[in-house]
Amino acid sequence: MAASAPALTLLCLFLPFIAAFLAPVLTRAFGHKAAWLLALAPAFAFLHFASFLGEVAAGEVVTGGYAWVPSFNISFSWFLDGLSLTFALLITGIGTLIVLYSGGYMKGHPQQGRFFSFILLFMGAMLGLVISDSFLMLFVYWELTSITSFLLIGFDHERPEARRAALQAMVVTGGGGLLLLAGLIFLWNITGVTQLSLLVHVGDGLRESPFYLAALLLVLGGAFTKSAQFPFHFWLPNAMEAPTPVSAYLHSATMVKAGVYLLMRLNPVMGDTPAWQILLPFFGGVTLIAGTLLALRQTDLKLMLAYTTMASLGLLVMLTGFGADHAVEAAVLYLVAHSLFKGALFMVAGAVDHEAGTRDVTRLGGLRRAMPVTFAAGLLAALSMGGLPLFFGFLAKEEIYYALAHGDPRSIMFTTVAVIGNALMFAVAFAVGLKPFIGKHVETPKHAHEGPVLLWLGPVVLAVLGLLAGLISAPAHLYVSSPMASAVKGAPVTIDISTVPHIGLPLLLSIVTVLFGILVYLRIDSARAAMVRLLAALGPGPDRGFDHFVSGLVRLAVSVTRFVQPGRLEVYITASFILVALALLLPLFLFGELPDMPAWPRDALIQEYAFLAIALIGLFAVLKAADRLTAIVSLGIQGFAVAVLFLLFGAPDLSFTQFMVETLSVVILALVMTRLRLSPRDHRPRGQMLFDATIAIACGLGFALLLLKATQAPFNNALTEFFNAYSKVIAHGANVVNVIIVDFRGTDTLGEIAVVMVTGLAVLALIRIRVGGTRRLADNVPGKDRGAP
Amino acid sequence: MNTLILRTVAPFITALMLLFSVFVLLRGHNEPGGGFIGGLIAASALAIYGIAYGVSAVRRAIRFHPMAIAGFGLLIAVISGVISIFAGVPFMTGLWIYPTLFGVEVPLATVVSFDIGVYLVVVGAITSIALALEERDHD
Repeated sequence: MAASAPALTLLCLFLPFIAAFLAPVLTRAFGHKAAWLLALAPAFAFLHFASFLGEVAAGEVVTGGYAWVPSFNISFSWFLDGLSLTFALLITGIGTLIVLYSGGYMKGHPQQGRFFSFILLFMGAMLGLVISDSFLMLFVYWELTSITSFLLIGFDHERPEARRAALQAMVVTGGGGLLLLAGLIFLWNITGVTQLSLLVHVGDGLRESPFYLAALLLVLGGAFTKSAQFPFHFWLPNAMEAPTPVSAYLHSATMVKAGVYLLMRLNPVMGDTPAWQILLPFFGGVTLIAGTLLALRQTDLKLMLAYTTMASLGLLVMLTGFGADHAVEAAVLYLVAHSLFKGALFMVAGAVDHEAGTRDVTRLGGLRRAMPVTFAAGLLAALSMGGLPLFFGFLAKEEIYYALAHGDPRSIMFTTVAVIGNALMFAVAFAVGLKPFIGKHVETPKHAHEGPVLLWLGPVVLAVLGLLAGLISAPAHLYVSSPMASAVKGAPVTIDISTVPHIGLPLLLSIVTVLFGILVYLRIDSARAAMVRLLAALGPGPDRGFDHFVSGLVRLAVSVTRFVQPGRLEVYITASFILVALALLLPLFLFGELPDMPAWPRDALIQEYAFLAIALIGLFAVLKAADRLTAIVSLGIQGFAVAVLFLLFGAPDLSFTQFMVETLSVVILALVMTRLRLSPRDHRPRGQMLFDATIAIACGLGFALLLLKATQAPFNNALTEFFNAYSKVIAHGANVVNVIIVDFRGTDTLGEIAVVMVTGLAVLALIRIRVGGTRRLADNVPGKDRGAP
Repeated sequence: MNTLILRTVAPFITALMLLFSVFVLLRGHNEPGGGFIGGLIAASALAIYGIAYGVSAVRRAIRFHPMAIAGFGLLIAVISGVISIFAGVPFMTGLWIYPTLFGVEVPLATVVSFDIGVYLVVVGAITSIALALEERDHD
């Protein structure tokens, strides 16, 4: 490749974001035809990534990147091997078709530009996710896909169901993202490596670490939520609230596969451990069976597809973790096949919905004449999903059975799971891809006819690709399947399965699957009824649980807020001072740091005694004052006495400031008191008085003890000497205190005056709020009181 | 509060205190004083004037909203700190010049303007609080 390849790859990484930025403008200018222009961005990226195919097929790895936070060894770097390249091609390739399809599907929608924008943003996030090398970059893109998915699911934000589904997907996948972050930090701490590509070299240390299981569970938490594994699957069917292009792209072909991608990426590192080989097949298998059973129950085309997607993801997770020969190859083949046929089927379902006005399978039939092209695409995709010969799905299924079908009990169990799952998926595939088109013509809400080219181009291309890849499997394996399987396995692998059936156990299992599938398809109505009864018997699922979780969380938040924010000033102040007292006293007692009792000073002067006495008299006056105003003024007595003491001990600046602060605080407190309209006297009950007094004494005692302790410690006068020596010489000031404030520690002062300013603003705001009264905004008008110059 | 005696002496006291506050501010580098104390003195002066003549009189007298004064002070303080960056030394380094005005050498420094900023912030913030509190007495 030319030297400019890294720069071009970087451009391709940002191209979707640039296109997203331009999308609204272009849509305003060209309407839905902007799709053709916008599709150029992913198409260009697709071609760029396709140019690496030869290199990667030869076993090379394309890397590049830039330093990001060098001090933490974090880089913005990418890494293209068979796995990430295949994902990048799927994302940009299907992305191109989806942008075109959105042009047709969302035609005339007032927010079409925004839709393009969101979907391109997602594309950029997803692309970044799969080719990230550094952990942090992976995490950032991972969360970006969650956020863009939130925006897309909630696209019709005026419908409450869409909002709920968007929030649910965000909470589940975003929460999983946090688990992933924790897991990645574990991996980083255990191995000291921040790049996925380097992880494989330190695999032994990782697997032997005592924290291995914790790291694994956290990473699985991220992957399972993203890939909708049981019991986190419920967000995926709800996400079907999104417009169909989103379901086709995010929730079948790309985003939900991010979890599978992560598992595949970590397979060479974590794959050979017992925890991996137990957890993945178990959860994958449960998800597969649960997904297919739930799919049977649905009548909505999109929901049927959504549950089979969940099932397929379960199958992929199961295969990735199974550990047997050919399991990884089977997962790779199935992943590619699934992206092609499921994307196509979703787009077919969307086209039917768009043209016929409903996607309820019981209200559809006989559309083959009205929508022949869509029918062809749907049928081809269903044949691939059903795993019939000639199609890529067939190769995948053969490989699955080849990998699973062995004599031991574990293999027999998972083979059974796979056969049941595949058979049910076969039935659903034809229920979506065939049933609406054959049989008697059923009257639909809209008069159905073939959609425009934008609507059928995508599904046709994907469905035909599924057929071609099966027919001419050698180049598909050479460029896609084998390099990808090698990357997942961590060792060179060659896949050579072709569409010519070999007599053997896998073929037999395939035939069983197909026969069982046909049986279910023919009796799908009674199967659905049975499932409805079964699910009703099982009671509410995790979807309802999510609602309980959210409302419980809200209730908890409300009660916590009520507890810590009761809105009563007394409570806040009491709590603050209790904490102050504890913070002062507890360490002194706990660590035995109480000061020694100081000796009574013998050389104290008479005036010092006098002002000490005045301070005490001031305190006494505060306690004895008949009303609040007198108490405040009496507090001033004590303050001034202390200020004079400062003066006597040679701190004129401090004393000066203390005088001013005392004066102003008495003035301001008096003003506040008159403003608050409190009763002039204090009416606290005696118990409350005692309690408050205890806190006050505890605080005072704490400060006194702390000060005593501080003065008893040997005084380090390095700073005093420094300031005395340099104040005049380098800062040209004789007043050391002031030089410290404005010069040596000037930045502190800058912060402090900013705080003074903000406090002033906050007080102003508080004064203008009057609970229960009218708000006099006129007070706020600047210049009202300025008068004429 | 607005007795005849207070009303008579308040303008003089306020003027003297304001003058004194500037004096304290400027001498602060070598003698006890400085922007913070000066600001507090000026705020007290304005508070006295307010007690004697009412809030609107004070607002008229200072012409700007006190918060604007505080904001201006903060701006001056920040600019005083930033200037040193352009002189190629770290943020907040004191820079000194000694121009001769009317035959007297006057030491000027970013440190002094910083202290003036502190003064204005303190005057502005405290005066605006005091005035806002006083103002509500009348309704």
